[in-house]
Amino acid sequence: MHWEFELVILVFLLAAAIVALRSKDLLAAVVTLSVYSFMAALICAVMGAVDVGFTEAVVGAGITGVLFIVAIYQTERKSVD
Amino acid sequence: MERGREGIDPMRGYYDDRIVALSSRLVVPFIQLFALYVVFHGHYSPGGGFQGGAMLAASFLLIRLSVGSDGAQLQFRKGWGTPGSSIGTLIYLVTGLSTLLLGGYFLDYSQLPLGMGESETRSMGILIVEIGVAVAVACTLTAIYDDLVGEEGRRGSPHDA
Amino acid sequence: MKRFVLLVLIAFGALMFYGVSTLPDRADPRAPANLEESAAGSPVAQDYYIRHAYEDAHTPNMVTVILADYRAYDTLGETMVIFAAGLACFLILRRRRQEDLEEWEESEGLEESEESKEDGTRS
Repeated sequence: MHWEFELVILVFLLAAAIVALRSKDLLAAVVTLSVYSFMAALICAVMGAVDVGFTEAVVGAGITGVLFIVAIYQTERKSVD
Repeated sequence: MERGREGIDPMRGYYDDRIVALSSRLVVPFIQLFALYVVFHGHYSPGGGFQGGAMLAASFLLIRLSVGSDGAQLQFRKGWGTPGSSIGTLIYLVTGLSTLLLGGYFLDYSQLPLGMGESETRSMGILIVEIGVAVAVACTLTAIYDDLVGEEGRRGSPHDA
Repeated sequence: MKRFVLLVLIAFGALMFYGVSTLPDRADPRAPANLEESAAGSPVAQDYYIRHAYEDAHTPNMVTVILADYRAYDTLGETMVIFAAGLACFLILRRRRQEDLEEWEESEGLEESEESKEDGTRS
């Protein structure tokens, strides 16, 4: 039904996941991880699971990003590997 | 470690960036209003206690991120987090146990003494439980942030009581 | 080695796509989860929820009724998990209060450091 829309979101999701994995700057990785979470929430909303998408958007794109940023400020910003 | 202007740690200290502070102060009341809408309108639309509570926590964390932990004490004090989460969980538990004591099953809301029909009483019970979940989630997530950032932010606070 | 890892990943991806391809379509009325009776002949819970959610709890949103009424014990467990996570963060990460630290240092016979003179306690 909405398969074109889902395909576009899925491509964005994969791109965000790969960028978050490859990034050396952990702050950028956190931001891309938020983008990933938001894309996952959009996929859930398109598929009709609005509650799951809502939770994913609030927790994944909001709270988790903030907690990761705090953890980065407490430790190091650059990845060593 | 990343430091802000003049050596102040941006996570803890009170540092003024007026654009960030003003815009987040402008946005936060609307986030909180929408969070309350999500909690109380969960009977009729997507949403509920967990989502609304997480949104409320997001509004607290936005103020904490933008003006620093010291300025955010005016909105939500550090000491409130852990007691608040206990209170939220207790609301849920007491609701369940009171129905048990009033002669029903555990968490059987139709036994609550609210003076309404059975299904309406169940609806109100769901609302009470959702409020408990929202309070618990909002306070817990804020408390986790405060514990991560640490205690030093209290020094030189504008609201040092 | 890197080529081998890539090969393994592709194999797992193919396996996953094969597994997904046999799932029923989304919102298929003949899917086993959407039937009134399961294959064994027992009634499916989802059917009861859809038919009786409004008259049981007078709430139009079925998801809320399932989460907070039919499966209230489950939600209680979720709340307890979040509370336990907050409590664990409190116990592990919260700095020791300064008076307790000074008391501990005195009882251990340690020197008073400069850090402990400052009043860092929360009110």
